[in-house]
Amino acid sequence: MWPAVLVASVGCYLIKLVGLSLPKSIIGNRRVMHVAELLPVALLTALIATQTFTSGQRLTLDARAAGLLAAIVAVRLKAPFLVVVAVACAVAALVRVVT
Amino acid sequence: MPDAELTEHDPDWSATRRGVIRDAIGVGVATGAYGLSFGAISTASGLSVLQTCVLSLVLFSGGSQFALAGVVGAGGAPMTGASTALLLGVRNGFYGVRLSRLLELRGWRRPLAAQLVIDESTAMAVVRTSKPAARLAFWSTGVSVFVLWNLATVIGAFAAQLLRDPRTLGFDAAAPAAFLALMAPRLRSREPRVVAAVAAVVALVSVPFVATGVPVLFAAAVAVIAGCLAKLPLASADDETLAGASEIDEVDA
Repeated sequence: MWPAVLVASVGCYLIKLVGLSLPKSIIGNRRVMHVAELLPVALLTALIATQTFTSGQRLTLDARAAGLLAAIVAVRLKAPFLVVVAVACAVAALVRVVT
Repeated sequence: MPDAELTEHDPDWSATRRGVIRDAIGVGVATGAYGLSFGAISTASGLSVLQTCVLSLVLFSGGSQFALAGVVGAGGAPMTGASTALLLGVRNGFYGVRLSRLLELRGWRRPLAAQLVIDESTAMAVVRTSKPAARLAFWSTGVSVFVLWNLATVIGAFAAQLLRDPRTLGFDAAAPAAFLALMAPRLRSREPRVVAAVAAVVALVSVPFVATGVPVLFAAAVAVIAGCLAKLPLASADDETLAGASEIDEVDA
């Protein structure tokens, strides 16, 4: 676990430092900027999908799906961050108790 | 960026300064609340309290930290989690490019400032109308978020250790909910929605065939392909800076 923690930590710091040190013209390319804006959207959605609907390498449907549904409702109602997370946990826990 | 430089002699400066610092503390408190859930999710995913704290101190970028903990918690290889974290960290590099003109950093200040380049400090800096206000916003927001984020991480990490089985409290539903809250502000237009939908399908379809965590990296390819195929509207250099600034959202760390 430590190598991954250190690689991610030092790597993410270096990305920040390189960004601050480069002249704008070098990576100010608009195409590259556009890809950079889409990257978080694709990564976060993939994380949501895999962590809700899979266990290991199997596709599954369990209490986590109910949690996600509750989170979607909370986000729609513009709930603050912690409320969204808490509601998802509570609903998933509740579904587990009931089923 | 108009160069109407405000100084300490400017009558408006003290009011501006108070406003900037008040905003910085507000954002820090909001982000700190979110650091609590990172500390809890990270230790529930199998990282130690020390590893969790190193991530908040050194990596210091919420989305990347959640991603690493999430992949590891789902049973993925730690290095796959690190790759996802690095890909999510790429946007901070672009923030740096935008900020360097505003901050005009020299010497030891640059490596120090680099650590504070995150969504919040960038968002607070680029909306200011003068360079001194932008600099103050960057530093005060960065320091405020850094301190409260790390404090909250420690508290959340120890609190989660007290639980015997995090699943009974629904903790395995916490990370997806956190990602959703992070991403929602980015889904205002059609293109990111389509990218999100395709990324989710690609990730799920590939799950049975590749190692855990790798489907998320396939989703990154979706973003690259979509970004390369997209028609970019024509814009001047200044429009580009403004358009980019408006896409940074305060919710995201």
